[in-house]
Amino acid sequence: MIARGFHIERGGRAGAAWALAAAVALAAAPAYASSATLGLLAQVFAYIALASLWNLLAGFSGLVSVGQQAYVGLGGYCLFALTMFAGVPPLLAIPLAGVVGAALSIPVAALLFRLRGAYFAIGSWVMAEVFRLLASQISALGGGSGASLPIRVVAAVAASRQAREFAIYWASLALALLVIGLIVWLLRSRWGLALRAIHFDEAAASANGVDVRRVKFVVYGLAAFGTSMAGALIFLQKLRISPDAAFSVNDWTAYVIFMTVIGGVGRIEGPVVGAIVFFALRLTLSDLGSLYLLMLGVVAIAAMLKAPKGLWGAFAEKTGFEFAPLGQRVVYDNQTGKPAAAAGGQGDKP
Amino acid sequence: MPPLLQIGGLSKRFGAVVVADAISLDVPAGQALGIIGPNGAGKTTLFAMIAGAVAPDAGRVVFDGADITALPPERRCRLGVARSFQIPRPFGGLSVFENLMVAAEFGRAEKSANPARDCVDILDQCGLADLANRRAGALTLLQRKRLELARALASKPKLLLLDEVAGGLTEDECVALVALVKSIHATGVAIVWIEHIVHALLSAVERLVALHAGSIIADGIPRDVIADARVAEIYMGIPADA
Repeated sequence: MIARGFHIERGGRAGAAWALAAAVALAAAPAYASSATLGLLAQVFAYIALASLWNLLAGFSGLVSVGQQAYVGLGGYCLFALTMFAGVPPLLAIPLAGVVGAALSIPVAALLFRLRGAYFAIGSWVMAEVFRLLASQISALGGGSGASLPIRVVAAVAASRQAREFAIYWASLALALLVIGLIVWLLRSRWGLALRAIHFDEAAASANGVDVRRVKFVVYGLAAFGTSMAGALIFLQKLRISPDAAFSVNDWTAYVIFMTVIGGVGRIEGPVVGAIVFFALRLTLSDLGSLYLLMLGVVAIAAMLKAPKGLWGAFAEKTGFEFAPLGQRVVYDNQTGKPAAAAGGQGDKP
Repeated sequence: MPPLLQIGGLSKRFGAVVVADAISLDVPAGQALGIIGPNGAGKTTLFAMIAGAVAPDAGRVVFDGADITALPPERRCRLGVARSFQIPRPFGGLSVFENLMVAAEFGRAEKSANPARDCVDILDQCGLADLANRRAGALTLLQRKRLELARALASKPKLLLLDEVAGGLTEDECVALVALVKSIHATGVAIVWIEHIVHALLSAVERLVALHAGSIIADGIPRDVIADARVAEIYMGIPADA
């Protein structure tokens, strides 16, 4: 047998170029966008981070959590505690909150991973409720009624109001880019190969040497890290925290699931598209009061019936375009004009 | 040298059904062993207990000198036990090449210097080279069976458990697959092969075990086992006094 010459192709250059262009344009936004627009975009970025992380858990790893608000709230409370009691600069408190979230996710995962499927989902929610009740016991942070971020802490972000808005805007953009970058890197690494294998057949993955539990553990920890940072950032935007707002299943899980599902579960681009659609709907429909929530429900149902793989999923299947293809293609050298077989798996299109 | 695989007193029951009744079996390194038996004899469960997917009620599994009875499937795979499933279980959304990469990256005791190179060579060996970038879920049955074999090989096993790889294939496909199994065995990999297509099995194995109701009823060179009166009665349906 003669060994064939070959090389591996990954693709995604065009997508990376587009993403870079978008990142540069957004980073320059303070130069041309209004203060209100910047505030809105910062919220969108935080939601893109949350939805991308939920997608990593549910869409790529089969960990359908409805309790990620545990880490949003934890991150928010870490921000308040670290800045108010330890004098940590607010922007530095964001990554620290991430570290605390990741550390706490280890014992939480040890408990939750005893549960599977729907039981895991319910268990994660219960855990978030426990977090909420614990937060309401912290009298130094206002107990059940919550607390506002003191002026001296707010001033520590930056001296002028405009500089603060810019700083928080850039921090939000950086977080969304960091989270998406981290997820792309993870999914394209050998861990990502294991995750995708687990996604299609857990027993076969295990029979082929993949330590399923360990892979899920790592993913859960990473998601806790990112979600806690997003939580810290969100409550730096809001400047006020209370247990009900911080651990809201509606704001931090239901909306996030909505975004991911209409955008496309199990695709990197899905949550980004979903978050943009969600905010577009909110801007156009929020005057309608409670009718707005009904409309969101109608959109979700229509999306599930008409585009079960989400808006991006439908688009990607039509056009074959993906920003960050996950697959590896084998290309044989010295073959006489023969293309290397047809398109492969998810993220494998030419 | 001790046998590669030693099974001692392995028992398993599902409710009232005994699928393994104190099975003991040794497989020397490099041997090709066939297992036959009627449906429900406990063949696949025996494999599942060797590979770690099912925990036995009693007994132990020793592989390469180490007791692996309590180890999860992924650890056994890394020690050198590879399994092909009766119904192929490819990672449907991954390419054929990536299916092999999973086993090459995670299923080996020692990290390969160039796992991609190994996988390309195995694809060549298994006749899948032109399908490297095909989505595994889009393969035909024969291709899926070849992929099961190729993926198992990518973990560099010392022992290969084949569960009915010839079933459902046409005669020509079957011949091609037997040739592939033989070529794998020729590289020194021990093979334990469950198969209902007896002529395919007999062309590749040097020893045959017959299983019935969770017990070994015959064990020896294939010709003798096939000629055994109990095997003829239970498995072939020929009355003993005929």
